[in-house]
Amino acid sequence: MSNAPVDHGRRRFLTIATSVVGGVGAIGAAVPFIASWNPSEKAKQAGAAVTADISKLEDGQLIRVEWRGKPVWIVKRTPAMLETLSNFDDKLRDPGSEDPQQPDYAKNTHRSKKPEIFVAVGICTHLGCSPTYIMKDFEAQVEGMPSGFFCPCHGSTYDMAGRVFSGVPAPKNLMIPPYMFVDDTTILIGEDEGTA
Amino acid sequence: MFKNFMSWIEYRMPFMEKMNLHVMQYPAPKNFNFWYFFGSLAMLVLVNQILTGIWLTMNFVPSAEGAFASVEYIMRDVEYGWLLRYMHSTGASAFFVVVYLHMLRGMMYGSYQKPRELLWIFGMLIFLVLMAEAFMGYLLPWGQMSFWGAQVIISIFGVIPVIGDDLTLWIRGDYVISGATLNRFFALHVIALPLVLVVLVFLHIIALHEVGSNNPDGIDVKRENNGEKIENNVSDKFTFHQYFTKGGKKIIVDAIPFHPYYTVKDIVGVVGFLFIFCFVIFFAPEGGGYFLEPPNFEPANPMKTPDHIAPVWYFTPFYAILRAVPDQLFGAIFMFLAILFLALLPWLDRCPVRSVRYRSTLHKANLINFCISFVALGVLGVLPATPFYTLLAQIFSFTYFAYFGLLWFYSKNEKTKPLPVRLS
Repeated sequence: MSNAPVDHGRRRFLTIATSVVGGVGAIGAAVPFIASWNPSEKAKQAGAAVTADISKLEDGQLIRVEWRGKPVWIVKRTPAMLETLSNFDDKLRDPGSEDPQQPDYAKNTHRSKKPEIFVAVGICTHLGCSPTYIMKDFEAQVEGMPSGFFCPCHGSTYDMAGRVFSGVPAPKNLMIPPYMFVDDTTILIGEDEGTA
Repeated sequence: MFKNFMSWIEYRMPFMEKMNLHVMQYPAPKNFNFWYFFGSLAMLVLVNQILTGIWLTMNFVPSAEGAFASVEYIMRDVEYGWLLRYMHSTGASAFFVVVYLHMLRGMMYGSYQKPRELLWIFGMLIFLVLMAEAFMGYLLPWGQMSFWGAQVIISIFGVIPVIGDDLTLWIRGDYVISGATLNRFFALHVIALPLVLVVLVFLHIIALHEVGSNNPDGIDVKRENNGEKIENNVSDKFTFHQYFTKGGKKIIVDAIPFHPYYTVKDIVGVVGFLFIFCFVIFFAPEGGGYFLEPPNFEPANPMKTPDHIAPVWYFTPFYAILRAVPDQLFGAIFMFLAILFLALLPWLDRCPVRSVRYRSTLHKANLINFCISFVALGVLGVLPATPFYTLLAQIFSFTYFAYFGLLWFYSKNEKTKPLPVRLS
């Protein structure tokens, strides 16, 4: 035992230094625990792009492709459907697609690369349900609209370009995933010229 | 022989000393009514959940491929598996019934008021952990409602600006709710949260025994001892732990020892509770589709949304508030505020009188308003969101929050009745 007087400044410094170093160590030790919650390599693999064959797609028909576990719709819109797209701007929440819910190449009236081929993630932007495609009789939901998408969960409605109508719970237009045409009848979903 | 053994223990660990402090010589007010059953019942249900939960894990397979089938296996092939599972699933609903009544008791008799603020906060934390525990447990059977309910709840985190999307990805561990999500929810549900829950319950009781139990009259049973003789004091007949009398500085009035008086009384509550609990387990284990929802008898299918998604009944009051607000972000904020305001009650209520018995008619009416709003929101949260129901949900959300606003406003100068000197 030494009888040296207590050096409070030294003790204070050591206490703080130990706490800081220990704190840094604790943060470092927390990293693996927090990072292990991120998607694993396997999950990332499963999230890779998928191809879809649209050679057999008929007018007005909708097919579903699974991409990252979500349903992606591919719809071949008829000329009549395309015509309705510019008639209801005043009833839509975001007719000009100002919200970044799509890649730049889909920021147009038809929200697609080719006007007739519509590609969208079939998940309602409200709380993640999958809306129903109503090819005929959509007028029950929106007056004067022959076809559209209707979410059974909380009643949100979208037009044939996946644009949300105002006055429904969903806040945004349907999301358009990145996609590209590999050739005339094959679409690659999840990747486009920019990201490939 | 036994006495020697006990003193051998006592010398090394103060077992009887702590038992006396918390059970045999703990002064509990003599006028507890049936509202005081729900605390001990909550502990009973907790034990039920832990016990049946451990047994369920022995046959449950926590994977996207195996979960649903393993629950069916438990229900059909494991001996008494159906009983263990129904005890667990009914126990979840019973937990919320009991906890909601326990909280209402606290609100009626002002049990959150000074000096019991921290006790109330611990209670609110228990409530939060309980909600997380129930939510994660509901994903495990991997049915349609498990999947889509979790989808809706996790999406709530997605509305947080900037970090929302990354946060939901981190919670799910995948681009969609998947086996990764199921496995981590399983780990949290069976290990992490129960540990937290047990620790919080322990702290809740320690905090309770420090400040003492409130009672339906809301007046203190521990008073300064100024040497005055108190007539007809039932407490004179008993020995209380000297920790409560502070070596004679305090005098205990109108209180009786927790054991045997309230242990025996609580057993009566347990019997009544078990009557109802067993009735549900044996005759209505699905609770009319509210305890176990019909879509959950179908395996989870990410490509098919059920026609109507409703959370289990105990979440619906808060879910109704979420849906009532047209904006997503504000909906989520209001939902959390609905819980936060409850936690802030000790500071929102500025009235020195605790019990509703001696408070103003306005306060009584306001408390009834709160109960009606809460129940109405609960009902609306189950129903589909038609414009009319949404309007109703908006009205009741308003009256729900109005409870807290009004309380803060009138409680400062509230016209109360005179408090009794002794417990009735």
